[in-house]
Amino acid sequence: MSGQTQRLNVVPTVTVLGVVKARLVGATRGHALLKKKSDALTVQFRQILKKIVSTKESMGEVMKNSSFALTELQNMLLTKNDLTGLARGGQQIQACRAAYVKSIELLVELATLQTSFLTLDDAIKTTNRRVNALENVVKPRLENTISYIKGELDELEREDFFRLKKIQGYKRREVERQRLAAIAYAEEKVAEEISLKKGISLGSAHNMLSQAAQNDEDIIF
Amino acid sequence: MANRVQIRTSSSALIAMIADEDTITGFLLAGVGNVDLRRKTNYLIVDSKTTVKQIEDAFKEFTAREDIAIVLISQYVANMIRFLVDSYNKPIPAILEIPSKDHPYDPAHDSVLSRVKYLFSTESVASGRR
Repeated sequence: MSGQTQRLNVVPTVTVLGVVKARLVGATRGHALLKKKSDALTVQFRQILKKIVSTKESMGEVMKNSSFALTELQNMLLTKNDLTGLARGGQQIQACRAAYVKSIELLVELATLQTSFLTLDDAIKTTNRRVNALENVVKPRLENTISYIKGELDELEREDFFRLKKIQGYKRREVERQRLAAIAYAEEKVAEEISLKKGISLGSAHNMLSQAAQNDEDIIF
Repeated sequence: MANRVQIRTSSSALIAMIADEDTITGFLLAGVGNVDLRRKTNYLIVDSKTTVKQIEDAFKEFTAREDIAIVLISQYVANMIRFLVDSYNKPIPAILEIPSKDHPYDPAHDSVLSRVKYLFSTESVASGRR
């Protein structure tokens, strides 16, 4: 999957890590909320579906009744056109009208349900798309970014640690060297003092020998 | 939700009809008829002389008008322009297929009801995972 490898293009610092973590928290919360919304919408949707089916079925019945009332009325008008009022024509017309008004009420209810059905369908699709986008794109990307930043920070830390160790080693070696030099110096100093006490400086003894070697031809060694 | 259409609330909306004469007579008796300033009616009476083109034009006009919230269409008329009815998917105006006197109602042909049935079956199979 390509979503597994991609991440945000950010500078790996602690600040950015905090920002990305906050974004991940937000995305997680949004995902949970949207999921809940989607579930609620689906529940509503199913209720509306059931209502639509039952209303459609009752609509057939009601429409049949109103058609029947109309046919009755037409038959009456065709057969008894003596207009004496004995056929109770007004009453028939009223009944027919009432039947149609009833069917219109039902139809309006049905139209309401149908409109809600289409709107909810649309809303559910949008919500599900958002849920999936958050789940499959945004969250993995943020997680990848976080692991990337953490990896980079660890790398930096290791580099620092190594550098520290290196400097420590160098320092230790240097101290050792200086200590040795100091010891050597001290030893030399002590030797000189001893020879001074004996009356002759170590340096001058050396000098005497070297001067003798230079000037005195009798000394053969 | 790009195709959300507001019903105008300042004035009430109309119910348009495409049906046979008897059905329209009944609904006119109930008081849904309307004739506007240009003498255009909100209903079309379909008889044996009405062409499919006329029905199509009326359907398109009724669905495009802003003041119409519901279009009632007889099922046998809807079957004549089935492709138009099926391709229509806006929530407002709502298309309702109604039975007529001499054509009993057949739920299998209803575009919305078939969709509902389809969703029901898939939902029960896949438990709401669409």
